[in-house]
Formats: sequence, structure tokens, C-alpha cells
Amino acid sequence: MTEPQDKSRRKFVAGAAVAGAGLGVAALAPGLHLIEVAGAAPQAPRAAGEPAPSTVRWGMLIDTTKCATGCDKCVTACHTENGINETVQDVRQGSQWIRKIDLKDPKNGRTHSLPMMCQHCEKPPCVDVCPTGASMKRADGIVLVDRHICIGCRYCMMACPYKARSFVHQPLTAQNPEVPRGLGCVESCTFCVHRVDKGLQPACVEACPERAMLFGDLNDPTSEIAKRLAQEPATQVRADLKLNVGVRYKGI
Amino acid sequence: MRLEKNSRSEELLFYALVGVGALVTAVGLAAALYMEHAGHVVTGMNNQVVWGMPHVFAIFLIVAASGVLNVASIGSVFGKAVYKPRAPLSGLLALVMLAAGLMVIMLDLGRADRLVVAMTHFNPTSVFGWNVILYPGFFAIVGLYLWTLMDRKMNPYYKPAGLAAFVWRLILTTGTGSIFGFLVARQAYQSAVIAPMFIIMSFAWGLAVFMIVQKSMYAWNGMTLHPAVRSRMKNLLGTFVAAVFYFVLVYHLTNIYYAKETAFERFILLEGGIFPSLFWGGWLFLGTIVPLLLIYVPDLNQLRGSVFAAAVLVVVGAFCLLYVFIIGGQVYPLDIFPGMEVTSSFMDGQIDHYRPSWPEILLGLGGIGLAFTATAIGVRVLKFLPEDDLAKLESAGHMLD
Repeated sequence: MTEPQDKSRRKFVAGAAVAGAGLGVAALAPGLHLIEVAGAAPQAPRAAGEPAPSTVRWGMLIDTTKCATGCDKCVTACHTENGINETVQDVRQGSQWIRKIDLKDPKNGRTHSLPMMCQHCEKPPCVDVCPTGASMKRADGIVLVDRHICIGCRYCMMACPYKARSFVHQPLTAQNPEVPRGLGCVESCTFCVHRVDKGLQPACVEACPERAMLFGDLNDPTSEIAKRLAQEPATQVRADLKLNVGVRYKGI
Repeated sequence: MRLEKNSRSEELLFYALVGVGALVTAVGLAAALYMEHAGHVVTGMNNQVVWGMPHVFAIFLIVAASGVLNVASIGSVFGKAVYKPRAPLSGLLALVMLAAGLMVIMLDLGRADRLVVAMTHFNPTSVFGWNVILYPGFFAIVGLYLWTLMDRKMNPYYKPAGLAAFVWRLILTTGTGSIFGFLVARQAYQSAVIAPMFIIMSFAWGLAVFMIVQKSMYAWNGMTLHPAVRSRMKNLLGTFVAAVFYFVLVYHLTNIYYAKETAFERFILLEGGIFPSLFWGGWLFLGTIVPLLLIYVPDLNQLRGSVFAAAVLVVVGAFCLLYVFIIGGQVYPLDIFPGMEVTSSFMDGQIDHYRPSWPEILLGLGGIGLAFTATAIGVRVLKFLPEDDLAKLESAGHMLD
């Protein structure tokens, strides 16, 4: 999963995952096994026009004990996948759908490195405050911005406790047609919704060389992420706000 | 300020002033067009300091718009006779300042062209969404109120209209304060005291603006405010300024008491560079202490222009306080990982810096220009000059009640 994959391979992996879902091991050919491929393709592709299922709650588990300081492959993959390619003179005006944060506990000197992005809250403050309803949560828990009705007021950015939203400060070129962006609108991590709807993983998860990121359905007790969350301690960032976030961190 | 009273030189001066106001407004509009065309990359705002100088101007105008209506309410709702002649001017200022504030905030939107979307898509959980109803409602109610004040046929209805306007403006300023008060993400906000603090700030700032405009109109017409009226209004301004001081004190004391907020308070009040300077020097000294001295020290308040100076300083202090509250509240890092030392490529764990750009400042000044121009034209074409019939008031015994 460390190398860039072309579309046909993604489709192949997705198909294999569906076939081997829940097994953890898929037989691809005699003598050849793709370990843990079930985690790589969490669901079958969803047909165009079919609504997102409310039975699913997409989430992510990030193992900070595996996440390496200085590694930003997830960030690069996100930028490539979502067409975040503009050059900004001031980094604070650039889009940061995902960023690496380094932590140090001053009490014991322990350090952590982790990716921070939209936490896809069950009760997202950005959705509450959006005057037009452009900030919205899909039935499957993915928090998105409707580019057609975002007026660029940035109230959602004031409300987000994770600083996970970005405002497009300058005109854009060379966009990915599957990921529309726009000058003057707010945007954030979509969990690569366009890929998830095809039965694929978010680009950051696929790019992580340490397999520190696990994506899946929190509502499905048979999913890899649900199993691990049942067995391993994981933290919600700013749990005090009781937003019931979709992204959980292990090791902090 | 009727046309026939003005000499030719006054006519020319009036047109010159309106021309300057219109020019400032036009420059503000051009700045907004530039920001829309080039993107907010030409501003000092960024993805952490998401609201900048336009919001300082807009929130001042919107808060003061609500407060300036207080003058009318004191007359119509609370029956204080000395304020009744001032109600039309109060209503006019409320309308033009709200329009100017909304112009600034709308033109700062990333997609100002989607104003229709803002009007047609409503999210009931959004405080901004509530304001989309509260602001037009304010225009309608204050417009109706002005009608009852200025049309003899409608005059019997001025009391209920005044009461409706009074209640509506309290709700409106609660909404403006709640824009911040309901934010859980940032240390500076999320406080129940913010909404009432905004209401009392609106009283002080609105009255200060009213007194500045009234003084200017009287000077233009060669008139002098009756000392008793002057005394009442200055004392009311002093009361409001002291009340703002009390609310700001409570807001900061509660924050200082909470261990999780002490670092933020240390930043905003002591170590934050421009922000403590603006807080102590701008708002507390220039905007609070000096006005209170000018208002209440007998040797000072008898000086010519002292009350006008106090009102101007209250407005200066208002801008300082809003800058500290809005910008200072955003440059301070979000406490995403309490107790941890945090670093990242995006200012996590660091104090951000903000330098307002010219387009932002010009857009904000454009709002002031619009309010000035609309007021100047309004007071010229309609009868808004507060004229006191003091003999009648005193004989009726209402003057000092």
C-alpha cells in the first residue's frame, strides 16, 4: 500500500476486499495472499444517485505510536488526490485539509506525531453555525461543504475546535473534476468521499507507509476499525466537547 | 436643517461633505471588488484569523446601530420627554448604521455574489441564520416606528411601535453577541456574559454616536444644546460607559478564574503586544477613564466640547476593544491538546500574527462613509434635527423627571 496505485489496481483491490470481507485474508491466486485487504476496501461501490446509507458511520483510527515524526506522506497524498496544488506565499492562507501535528508532553517528555483533519463529528459545530446549510453531514457521517451554497462567511472556521477548515484565498486552476473547489468557499477533509463512494480508501490511509491510519464503518461490529476500537484504548480529541468525533487516536 | 435656512456657502459645504462621504464609500466598494476579484489572499486574514478588520468595523456599526435606537426608546417606551424630539434622528441613525454594517460584512464574504443564497437558505441552528431574520426585521420595525413618529396620522401608534423596536433591538444585539458567545472552539469566546455585554456596549456606543451627530447638527445650524439636556445625556453616557467597564471586568475576571483560560488572559492583558496596549491604553484609558473624567469631574465637564470629546473617545475605545476581542481572540492558538506542547506547519501552539491590509481598512471605512453620507442626506431632506421646546417641558414638569 506504499506505492501509488492506478485505477485498475484500486478496482481490483476493492473487488478482492468485497470478496474477502471479514476474513482478513483474501486468496488472490494459489499461493498468493493479500494480508488485511479487508481494511483496504471497506464497502462495495455505491451507485450514482443512490443515497448514502444511514446505517454506516465512517470513521478513522489513527495509531500515533506508528506515525513517524517528519513523515507527511498522508498530507502529500491528500493534496495530490484533491487537487490542492496552488502556490501560496503565506502558508496560513493555504488550504490545509490535513496537517501533521507534533506533541510533547511537558510532564514526561513523551512525544507524539499525528495527522489532524476534519474529525467528522456526530454533532459538528460547523454544521450548527452555517447560516445557509452549506456545511452538512451526510447520512453516513461524512461532514462536507456544499460548494453551491457556501457564501464564504467563515463562521464554520470560527466554530471548528480542530482548525480543520480552510478558506480558498486565491483563484484555483487545474482542479480534480471529482473534487470541486472554489475561490471564496470553505473546504475541509471529505474522507475522500469520492473514493469512498467507489469502495476505495481515503488517499491518506492508502499512502501511510506505517499503516497507522485505519478507515472503516464504526457501526459495523465486524469491521476492522470497530474490532480494534473494541479492543484497544483510543482517544477522541477534545472529548470534553462531546462531539462524538469520527476520528479516533491511539497512543495519546 | 431645512434647505431654505442654508446660505450658498453652506450649500456648497454640504455638497462637499456628501461628496467626500460618497467618495469614501466608493473607495470602500472598489476595495471590496478588488478583494472579490483577487481573493482574500490580498487581505491580512488567513485560515486562523478568519475575521479581520472588516468585521471590527461591521460589528461596531451593527452594535452601535442597535444602541443608537436607545435614544428613541427612552422617549417612547420609558416616557422621558426630553428624548422624544430625538427619536426620529435616533431611528434614522439606527437604519443607516445597520445598513452600513451589513454592507461591510456582506462585501467581505468569500462569495458576496451569493447574497440571494443567504436570503433563501436558512439554517435554524445558526446564530448567523437568526441574524438573517433579525436584521431585515429591524429595518422593517424601525421603518414603521419612524413612520409613526413622522406622520401625524400614524402618531397614535408610536408607543407600540417603539416598544416593538426596543424589544427587537435587544434580541438583535443578543444575536450579535451570541455569534461569539456560542463558539466553543476558541478560548476568547463561549461565554454567557458576551450577549448582555454586547447589549450594554450597544447602549454606550450608540449613544456616543448619537451625541456626536447631534452636536455636529447643532453646530451646523448655529444652535447650542440646552445645558439641562446636555447634562442628562452626558450622565446617561457616563452610566453606560461605566456599565461596559463592569461587563468587560466580569468577562475577564471569570476567564482569569478558570485555570484553562489564564494563559489566554495573560496573553490578551499582559504579554500579547498590541492587544494589551489597545486594551489598557485604548479602551480602558482613552475609551473609559478619560470619558468618565470628562463627564463627571465638574471642572472638566463644564469645558466647551468636553462631552463631545468624551463621546468621540468612547467610539475610539469601542474600536480598540473590538479589535482586541475579535482579532486578539483569534490569534491566540486553539487549545486542541490541553497540557501538551504543540507544533505544526499551521500555527498550532503558536501566536498568530495579523496585519490588516489596505483593502480591508478601506472596506471598513467605506461602511463609515455610507453611514455618514446617508445620514447627511437624510437630515437634509427630512426633519430630523432635535428641537427642544424647553419652556413647555419645564412648565409641564417633565424636564428633570
